[in-house]
Amino acid sequence: MEPHAVYGSLSYDLGHLLGALALVLSFGLLYQRRISALISLYAAQATVLAAAAVWQGWVQDAPELYVTGVITLGAKGVAIPMALRIIVRRLRIHRSIETALGIFPSMALGVALVALAILVVLPTTVQSQALTRDDLALSLSVVLLGLLMMITRRTALTQVIGFLSLENGLILAAIAVPGLPMVLELSAAVLVMVAAFVFGVFFFRISARFDSLDVGHLDRVGEQRR
Amino acid sequence: MIAELLTPAGLVALLPLLTAILLAGVARWDIAAWIGIVATLGTFGLACLLPWEQGAGTLLLVDPLSSHMAILTSFVGATSAWFSRDYIAVEAQAGRLGATALRQYHALFQAFLGFMLLALLSNNLGIVWVCVEAATVAAVIVVGLPRTADAVEASWKYFLLCGVAVALALFGTIVLYLAALPVLGPGLPAMSWTSLAGAAARCRGPMLNLAFVFLLVGYGTKAGLAPLHAWMADAHAEGPTPVSAVLSGAILNVALVMILRLRGLMAANAEALSPGPPIMALGLLSVLMAAFSLWRRRDVKRFFAFSTIEQSGVAAFAFGLGGPAAMFAGVLHMTLHTLAKAALFQCVGRACQLKGGQGFSAIGGLIVSHRSLALTLAAAIVAVAGLPPFGLFTSEFLIVLATIRQLPWLALPLCGGLLVGFWALMWRLVGLCCGDATPDAGPAPRLFALAPAWLHLAVVAVLGLAMPAAVVAWFSGIADMLR
Repeated sequence: MEPHAVYGSLSYDLGHLLGALALVLSFGLLYQRRISALISLYAAQATVLAAAAVWQGWVQDAPELYVTGVITLGAKGVAIPMALRIIVRRLRIHRSIETALGIFPSMALGVALVALAILVVLPTTVQSQALTRDDLALSLSVVLLGLLMMITRRTALTQVIGFLSLENGLILAAIAVPGLPMVLELSAAVLVMVAAFVFGVFFFRISARFDSLDVGHLDRVGEQRR
Repeated sequence: MIAELLTPAGLVALLPLLTAILLAGVARWDIAAWIGIVATLGTFGLACLLPWEQGAGTLLLVDPLSSHMAILTSFVGATSAWFSRDYIAVEAQAGRLGATALRQYHALFQAFLGFMLLALLSNNLGIVWVCVEAATVAAVIVVGLPRTADAVEASWKYFLLCGVAVALALFGTIVLYLAALPVLGPGLPAMSWTSLAGAAARCRGPMLNLAFVFLLVGYGTKAGLAPLHAWMADAHAEGPTPVSAVLSGAILNVALVMILRLRGLMAANAEALSPGPPIMALGLLSVLMAAFSLWRRRDVKRFFAFSTIEQSGVAAFAFGLGGPAAMFAGVLHMTLHTLAKAALFQCVGRACQLKGGQGFSAIGGLIVSHRSLALTLAAAIVAVAGLPPFGLFTSEFLIVLATIRQLPWLALPLCGGLLVGFWALMWRLVGLCCGDATPDAGPAPRLFALAPAWLHLAVVAVLGLAMPAAVVAWFSGIADMLR
């Protein structure tokens, strides 16, 4: 049954804090311009997510969430950031990233999206218990901010980081929902996709078809071959 | 749960997946092609047993809809594997696919098919999601196999857009589970189609709405519905043609089936919003957008990809409309379009190989030089355009009729879109087949290379001219189930 995490209890407070921390890191991802800092922020978000998974595992008494937490920490907190750093070093793309939008408009949009997520989730989930509601609103915010980052950033690598943070939001939602079956399988499947994305960037470069990782090139297919 | 995989329904999905693992280790592509053909024929044979194996378990769900879609998908898979053998041989000779790419192609084709079939037959929303995601990854790699700059770009675009779509679908799945949680309790039942269908009336309505929005956007993207269709034209244009045939068939249908089942859940709940209008709106928008876009396309494969978006929109429109007549017509349309479009892409693939280009300017006057290819291509275009004697005429006619009966005003834009699309198809048909012959740049297809396309078109024609009573009863059964 749904665990009793009422407002003011430790299980609620810590769960809420970890979710909020993931959201704050999402905002960090939104405005950060240096690519190495972006990767560190992503790793930090994944670590917070792993901690949230372990904490939820304890609150819900669900051992598979511990495994999810460990996998999240190992893969997203350590392995993927390492792979991304290798890509950055190989491709020598330390320079600042041009964003399609300025920092202030993208932050303002981000705040608007969080407000939207809260306005959408809280009224629809009145019967659910408090922690699930809040975590769902937080995770939808992280998902929407990831989407926003994918839209406002122009290079493939930063878009991938946006996608990875979007996936973090999904896992945050999955672990917050009490008794979700196959949470381990789902998070593993998500991981496969994430790994494929990171590999995609490698492949993108190895094929040496692009002078830069600017996805502005992608429009070429559409224009030339209607 | 594992024992279920050894029933005929489980084997339908398991056989292609095991074949994929086997083919990954087979170095000679000519042998791999034969193994693929035998495996897909076996899968098709097993799928044909499904109508007598109806039932629902924790893992698999075999009802009229899922068994119908499994038969259709495995049939298209089998004919595409058959077509692949010749097609890929030409690609290999032309040097467009290397040795590794050939091996990957046959293995990934089977994996793609297996995941699609498992998604169709699965009773568990989580497994459906995992399968759609895995099939996406497999399809992305296949689309990028030609290793040209355009193919790599197309596959990256495909990955980015469908990756986001699939991610949103996962969020929708989680919210759907949360909506059913108070009724079904924690655990697997709150994620299975059968128990959800029984409990939908008592689920939390507002949460169902939230789940519906995310799942519609997620699976709607995979169904190629406008305005979420951007990946489709590129993936079709750049990937190997047999994959276009299966992409048009399998992946669209899987997504449409998910939307259909979701529609059933929403309709059963009084608190939830009515699912018909949003699905109908996306469908109609796709028809209109694609019909007008057809006129601006210069690339053959891209052109027919837009035609696929149009037809997917027609089916979605029918599903949104609802009622037994529209559902019957919608499922019939989805089936016949899959068959006709697969035949069409097979012809187009051979025509592109023959002329050494995919632009409309490169392909012309086929009737003068290659009569059998031109006639098959013309028949396939006529079928897709919805002209008699082919079955798509029947299904489109029934959809328009149902629209006039239920929402007469919407018949106007729908017919307008269909006519504009039809006109564009006829215009291109004349350009491709008549006029002066353009120079050949590749080998001509052998006499029976197009036999899979003939088989598809024969089925579509028979269902258009004289649908056997048993087939009518079969489709009516599916329509009754969905109502």
